Order: sequence, then C-alpha cells, then structure tokens
Amino acid sequence: MADMYSKEVMDHFMNPRNVGEIKDASGVGEKGNPTCGDIMRMFIKVGKKPSSGGQGMEEVIEDIKFQTFGCGAAVATSSMITEMVIGKTLEEAEKISNNQVAEALGGLPPIKMHCSNLAADALHDAIENYKKSK
Amino acid sequence: MDSIYLDNAATTPVSDSVLSAMQPYFSEKFGNPSSIYKIGQKAKSTLENSREEAAKLLGASPKEIIFTSGATESNNLALKGVAFHWSQNLGIKPHIIISSIEHHSILDTAEYLEKSFGFELTKLPVSEEGIVNPRELEKVIKENTVIVSIMYGNNEVGSIQPIQELSQIIKKANEKRENKIVFHTDAVQAYQYLDCDVQDLGVDMLSLTAHKFYGPKGVGLLYVKSGTKFLPQQQGGAQERRQRAGTENVPYIVGMVEAMKNAKKTGKEIADLRDYLIERVTKEIPDVILTGPQIGENRLPHIASFIFQKIEGESILINLDLLGIAASSGSACTSGSLASSHVLTAMGYDDLLAHGSIRFSLGKMNSRDDIDEMMKHLPQIVEKLRGMSPIK
Ligand SMILES: Cc1ncc(COP(=O)(O)O)c(C=O)c1O
Ligand SMILES: [Zn+2]
Repeated sequence: MADMYSKEVMDHFMNPRNVGEIKDASGVGEKGNPTCGDIMRMFIKVGKKPSSGGQGMEEVIEDIKFQTFGCGAAVATSSMITEMVIGKTLEEAEKISNNQVAEALGGLPPIKMHCSNLAADALHDAIENYKKSK
Repeated sequence: MDSIYLDNAATTPVSDSVLSAMQPYFSEKFGNPSSIYKIGQKAKSTLENSREEAAKLLGASPKEIIFTSGATESNNLALKGVAFHWSQNLGIKPHIIISSIEHHSILDTAEYLEKSFGFELTKLPVSEEGIVNPRELEKVIKENTVIVSIMYGNNEVGSIQPIQELSQIIKKANEKRENKIVFHTDAVQAYQYLDCDVQDLGVDMLSLTAHKFYGPKGVGLLYVKSGTKFLPQQQGGAQERRQRAGTENVPYIVGMVEAMKNAKKTGKEIADLRDYLIERVTKEIPDVILTGPQIGENRLPHIASFIFQKIEGESILINLDLLGIAASSGSACTSGSLASSHVLTAMGYDDLLAHGSIRFSLGKMNSRDDIDEMMKHLPQIVEKLRGMSPIK
C-alpha cells in the first residue's frame, strides 16, 4: 500500500508539515466531501510586505496550517501546499493548481487525482474567505 | 521485524500438504482428462476422485459438483445461469433477490442483470449488525422470483446469516409453485469454520473458492443440487457434464480438495484470538466501534472489523504497512476504490464513519504475539492521525 505512493508523498504523509490550526486565522477554507473520504481544512494568516515593484504593500501568506481527514494522498497534498505557499503573495497563491501540487509530490496514483487532490481548492477557499471578511 | 499478516479473509498461503498434493499434476501426471489414452484417463480418474471427495465433504453427490475458477465464476454462473434459464427457456422476466451486503461478485452480477437485461432486483436490508431478517425475505418473494442469493458469512464484518431459516421460507414458498425458487449461498468465508453440509443448510447452490482456506488461487466450485435448472455460461468443450466448458485445472482441483479436507470446521482457537483482539482494541483505543455482530456466535471466528472515528482507513493501513503489518479496509477490492463500503452503508453507517473502517482477519499462522505487537503501534497511529483531523 505504501508502495503505491512516491517517496515525496510518503515523506509528507509520515512527517506532515504545518499540521494544526491558527486560532486567529485571517481566513479558513474547507474542501472535500465525505462520500469520497477526504476533508481538508486550511487556515491562513495574511500579512503585508513591501511589494516587489517597490510601490506600496502587498498581501502575503505569513503562516498556514492544515487539518485533513483522508488518505495518504490527501494528507500529503495538504502538507505539500503549505510548504509551497508560505511567504507567497495572495495573487501567487491563487495561481497554484491541484496539478502543480501533485507534480511537486512526484505524481499521485491515477485514482487519487480526482478525489484526494484538493489542497489547492482548500487554499483558494481560505483566500476567498479572507477576502470576503475584509 | 517480521511481517504480521492479519488479512486472511483476503487470501491465505497455500499449505504444505496442499502444495505437495498438487505437485505431481503439473509435469508428471499432466494428462488432459478428456483424452482417451492412459495418462488422460489417469487424470480423469484423479478428477473424479476429487469430485467425489468434495461432494462427500459437502454432503452432496459427485454429479452435483462443478469445478470453476473460483467463487467469482461460481457466483456469476449461479445468478446468470438461473436467471437466463428463466428468461430464455421459460419466457419469464426474472426477479432476483440478494442481500445488500453481498460480495461484489454477487452484487455487481445482479446489478448487471438488472441494468443490461431489465431483470428485477431486490436487495434485502440488514440489521445494524449486518444480518438479514428472514421476515424481510418472506415479504419480497414474488411470482417471478427465480433465485435468492444470500451469503453464509460476510467478508467485511463477519456477520453470519441465518441460512437455514431463509431456506425454510423458500421451501414454504416453493410448495405452491411450479417453477421453484433456487436458493444460493456464497459460503466462501464460512467454509473453513462452519458446517457447510448442503442438506443441513437446505441450499440448492453453494459457491466456494480454495484460496480462503489454504488452497491455491484461481480454483473453486459450485454445488448445484440435482434437478436445479440453469444455462451454462461458457460454451466450448463437454467438460463438467457440459455445464462448464474448458479443460479442467487438475492440479488446482486436487489442491482445493486437499485444502477442503484439512479445513478444521472448528473456530474455537481463532475465535478466542479474535476476542482477544477485539478486547484490546476496544479497551485501549477511544472512540472505536466494533462493526458487525456484538455476540461472538453470530460472527465468523476469523473476522474483526472496526471503525476508528474521525480518521480515515487508508491512512491507518499505510502506517501499519510501513511496520510490516497487513490488514485491510473493508474488502480487498474496495481498498482500491474511493467509494465507501456498501456493507457498512447498508448497516446504517454514514460515509464519514464508513471511511474509517479497518478489517483484521485471522488465520492459523497468527498468535497472540502478533496482536500484542500490532497493539504496540495501533493506539499511537490512531492518536497521531486524530491529531491531524479536522473532525473533532
Ligand atoms: C464472500 C466472498 N465471495 C466471493 C469472493 C470471490 O472469490 P474469488 O476472488 O476467489 O473468485 C470472495 C473473495 O474475494 C469473498 O470474500
Ligand atoms: Zn483520498
């Protein structure tokens, strides 16, 4: 069973990064459905830094944490995306796709692509939640 | 660490005596039972001796045994064979009754007949312990009911079905009928531990597969009570009294019958081990549900399955796998799919709970040491995964 996943997936599954919740999160997102058996929750803390263009400030993801109910792929994609977006601007984070997360993990078994590869959706949901609450 | 195999309901290793019984029939006594010369006729007599022994072990007569490639084929042959006999030879639109917790080889076959041929299908509900209520069968039998197929013991939760009571109901319904309803049971998981005498059970058809009781994979049988009408589903040679075309798999048939002879039929030791496992898991891990019958006698001796609330089954299995411990979530086939188990759903568990199910199934190689070793790890695995879960 462990053999069906890449080394990167197994690493993130066994040693997930940024597990937990952010109590005073700027935004919270959730994706998944119990029928498929994966549920992901993302907490983001948004901060400001001088924009790279030199003018004004831009919003960045200062911190991110996740909680996931699901299979190896669900946990690994959640963990992976948290590493990918820390320090990124919201605009950059919004562009990250589920496929990019899967690629960063060295690929996922085909049956997992559809159901368990939802981390980017959960992150986007958190960003949207933050923007709405502003 | 040595590996610990706790998935004996998926398959079992071929035992030494089975392997040595099979050995001569590969290269030395390799004849085709349909050939008329000596080595062919020797193979024929080996085949017929095996049939006689299998029949004796089931309380049947030899001509009632059809050797197959396993229970999937036996189950397909039973449902399709009987239903097509009715639709093609009698011109009646068949109504099929199964339980809602059958193995996929019954469930999918029945649904295929419903969807592709327009046959009628009724799935009997089960209790929250996974047991069919005979009263429910009584209610759904119709004029065009042709076959009732209810498994003897469930492969996911281990619930034992009241086959004799169900048989009584069908016998009563048949008293007034010209075309008799056929009663089939999938006895795959039960054979090793429970009485499978077809007279005692009162069944017309019964399926077995050898690899669940230390025989080889890819061989099984279908018992068909004489006089039971069905259409063969494989065309070709005249083997198996024209009921199942194809050169007989002599070495594997010999292996299966040896395995049948070795089946102990007593589950006391295994049941004690199972109860030890159940006690430790339910006492040492919070928020665990033992699925299936709570009373030992209503449960197959080798199966214990649990729902670990708030976490998902696969993630538990991977952690166990990395430690060399093999178990499964539901049935071996469903662990490859994303849908939650139809068995747990039929028992009333919601999807979220059903996704947290793990089945441990024991065999003769297991001892308390295996369970002790497993329990050194399982509580921590569950705790770690719960720490990650959004469900509180
Ligand atoms: C209850 C039950 N029926 C049928 C089968 C199918 O057996 P096989 O895969 O050997 O054809 C199995 C095993 O997977 C089973 O557990
Ligand atoms: Zn998943």
